[in-house]
Amino acid sequence: MSARERVAGGTASFIDERTGAAKWMKKTLTKVFPDHWSFMLGEIVMYSFVILLLSGTFLTFWFDPSMREVEYEGSYEPLNGIKMSAAYASALHISFDVRGGLLMRQIHHWAALIFMAAMVVHMMRVFFTGAFRKPRELNWIIGVALLTLGIVEGFLGYSLPDDLLSGTGIRIAEAIIQAIPVVGSYLSYFIFGGAFPGEMFIQRIYAVHILLIPGIMLALITAHLMLVWYQKHTQYPGPGRTEKNVVGYPLMPVYMAKAGGFFFIVFGVTAFLGAVAQINPIWIYGPYNPGQIGAGSQPDWYMGWLDGLVRAAPPIETHAFGITISWNILIPGLIIPGIIFTLMAFYPFIEQWMTGDKREHHVLDRPRNNPNRTAIGAMSLTFTLVSLINGGNDLLATHFDLSINQIMWFSRIGLIVLPPIAFVITKRICLSLQRADREKVLHGRETGRLVMLPHGEFIEVHEPLSPEKAYVLTAHEQLPALEIGEADENGVANPQGFKGKLRARMSKASQEQISKPTPKEMLELEDGHH
Amino acid sequence: MSETNRELEPLSDPGLPEHVHRKTDVDPLAAKKAERQVSILFTLSALGTILFVYAYVWIPEDTLIFLPLFNVTNAHQLFLGLGLAMALFFIGMGAVHWAKTLMPDHEVVDYRKEQRSKDEDRAAFVATVKDGAAQAGLGRRPLIKRSLGLALGLVGISPILLLRDLGPLPENDLNETNWKAGTRLVTDPGDRPIRPSDLEVGGVAQVQPEFPAGKVRHLDDIAQDSVLLIRIRPEEFNLDAERLSWTYEGIIAFSKICSHMGCAVALYEQTTKHLLCPCHQSTFDVTRAAKVIFGPAARPLPQLAITVDNEGYLVAKAPFNEAVGPSFWGRDSQ
Ligand code: HEM
Ligand code: FES
Repeated sequence: MSARERVAGGTASFIDERTGAAKWMKKTLTKVFPDHWSFMLGEIVMYSFVILLLSGTFLTFWFDPSMREVEYEGSYEPLNGIKMSAAYASALHISFDVRGGLLMRQIHHWAALIFMAAMVVHMMRVFFTGAFRKPRELNWIIGVALLTLGIVEGFLGYSLPDDLLSGTGIRIAEAIIQAIPVVGSYLSYFIFGGAFPGEMFIQRIYAVHILLIPGIMLALITAHLMLVWYQKHTQYPGPGRTEKNVVGYPLMPVYMAKAGGFFFIVFGVTAFLGAVAQINPIWIYGPYNPGQIGAGSQPDWYMGWLDGLVRAAPPIETHAFGITISWNILIPGLIIPGIIFTLMAFYPFIEQWMTGDKREHHVLDRPRNNPNRTAIGAMSLTFTLVSLINGGNDLLATHFDLSINQIMWFSRIGLIVLPPIAFVITKRICLSLQRADREKVLHGRETGRLVMLPHGEFIEVHEPLSPEKAYVLTAHEQLPALEIGEADENGVANPQGFKGKLRARMSKASQEQISKPTPKEMLELEDGHH
Repeated sequence: MSETNRELEPLSDPGLPEHVHRKTDVDPLAAKKAERQVSILFTLSALGTILFVYAYVWIPEDTLIFLPLFNVTNAHQLFLGLGLAMALFFIGMGAVHWAKTLMPDHEVVDYRKEQRSKDEDRAAFVATVKDGAAQAGLGRRPLIKRSLGLALGLVGISPILLLRDLGPLPENDLNETNWKAGTRLVTDPGDRPIRPSDLEVGGVAQVQPEFPAGKVRHLDDIAQDSVLLIRIRPEEFNLDAERLSWTYEGIIAFSKICSHMGCAVALYEQTTKHLLCPCHQSTFDVTRAAKVIFGPAARPLPQLAITVDNEGYLVAKAPFNEAVGPSFWGRDSQ
């Protein structure tokens, strides 16, 4: 036994004798993880969260979350002698007078963008493959909570430096709070410690940004990962992969090395972006002053769709009995996002209700094999994308020489018309992909090779699929639509009434499929060949 | 359903494909080569750290260099970042390459069990809960149950009450600004009173109410008091008699705080006489008392009535007759 082995053995036995962990550890280290690029998206989210914690902690060593007025003295000449908040001055100090400070600020901001982007893409992968189905609904809900918290956390983050751009964002947030019926102005006065902008705000959102939300997120991420661990990972359909097993690589050493290595790669890429790609150059904007504004004020992209909705809102307010209700703020700022996030959180249960399928699922769907779900996803993405585009309407107008008026009417109409169109098109595409799959299984793959038949006709050679490939294309199950009784013979509507009819329609829509080849068809075909 | 369904499946599961050996598994030379590649990657990381240290210590913080794609950049920050990026990235690449080429790549199979517990466990669990509840005896002792409910219901009041001191009540704050009848308009920045002749036709100026000596102007004041003065030719106004009387020799004054969500309405287009808010592009027509002609704002910008005092300086004729800034529940917008 080498010295090193003795030390390793000694440590393991020290721990085990005090915790009895050996059995659990052995099971843990041989835990199986399926391998697929799309399973790395969640990892990117997790790693950028760690990067955010690390770089953010570095920034707290110098950042001064105070709105006390100071006169700037520092290396950035153009602002010398200018009055500003201590928060803004310290952010300038980090950028210009702390070695590596600007790098860390930029890494922190880039990591936030990557975090949000990876979360959205991870979520899309979970949605389109049906990974949220039973038993993983809880993880989906945790995910929606994380996404919501991420948006808020990011917004508070770029509000901290108290530059002109961030102050403008806060002003808008304040207007949304103030628009809340009955309690709005009270809430605003409590949050800001008086009239906007007051002198308390930065230190308050600082506590929320560095402690409260990250703490909640950390707890949620832990729960999220424990569930992934405990429920075991889903896997894509393929030979040897069933609902009862999970095929992949053991945690120790392969998965550990790959995942650990991947952390450093993500960190490296983020550091590279922080080094070469300028982001949020606060010194250009100047200190916040409610009487001023920079042209082209834009939030970060994950807020951009909300801004786009606000921009598209029609100018409607209700005035009556000495009160004012601002629909132009409430609808895009609170009501629509509220509906979207609620529907999103409940989607797993909505789908269960539509399909009546309450069984566990561990083998993922190929998106085409669930046309209805895929179309719902495409519809939601279209809605978000149109509002995101409208959030940049001023930039688009100047870059492409359009009038803002044109873009806004495009968006107002597009927000209503384009999502249903996307739904229909996506569903069609899925069904024709299913048809293509069916053809492939029955008649083989087109090879592009032409041969001449004796009587002169050219036909393309079709190569039969390998059994593995053919299995992938046929492994999914196709559920029949739910049967929900119509009106009985006396003409009395069925007891479930409207709800039942709705459910029957939904179920029919969600089970619309091109039926896959039946064994009989396969056999007939084989007979035909021989 | 699944059993019968499986029989109907067109194809049976061919099972896991045969394991294919990698070159590094069978060829010791290839394995040796992979080992060298991994160590080169790790060495690159070490070089990255050296670059980082070099930049930290020896590149002065104010060195600017020109890079083709990035224009002029601060060399100190750039090389710190590149060093760090290299150091991290190549550790990762080394580890992944190592795992892919040299660590075992046999896929293994693990088995799942249903998440749902066995029926007898579930029954036992329910029984335990019922038993526990029975032992606590809540059902038998309604007095305890109700008083506990009362206590729990009330205990939340304390933390909520504690938050009360977060801020004062708005009272009538949102309806008031520092503009009074006779308050002089002073330039922002500069705090100088202005005469009508200081503003040419086509000109714009940002003003604040004059403060008595010793009173400091806070951001809260600016957030409510900021006013834009615009001068056009008087015959270009398209106003009713009252609003016209609020202007002075072609000078008209509006709150600069957007009636939509409170951004500063900063862009004035001289040719169209439109005021544009850069936040959501609400556009206001100056000649028609800032009527909204585009965008999500639902109300015109409040107009401040102005005139001149006996020394010839511009003053407010009266306070704003409505609240400035974004709407709120208690705002009287009639
Ligand atoms: C801080 C945010 C998040 C972190 C750190 C995180 C991390 C992870 C990781 C590492 C996995 C396993 C690998 C994978 O399937 O990609 C996972 C799985 C999962 N995530 Fe997330 N995720 C986050 C946000 C979200 C969001 C926004 C959603 C959806 C709304 C979501 C839903 C799920 C579900 C349902 C699974 C289980 C999927 C499966 O086993 O295949 N997560 N997450
Ligand atoms: S704040 Fe001016 S348009 Fe929204």
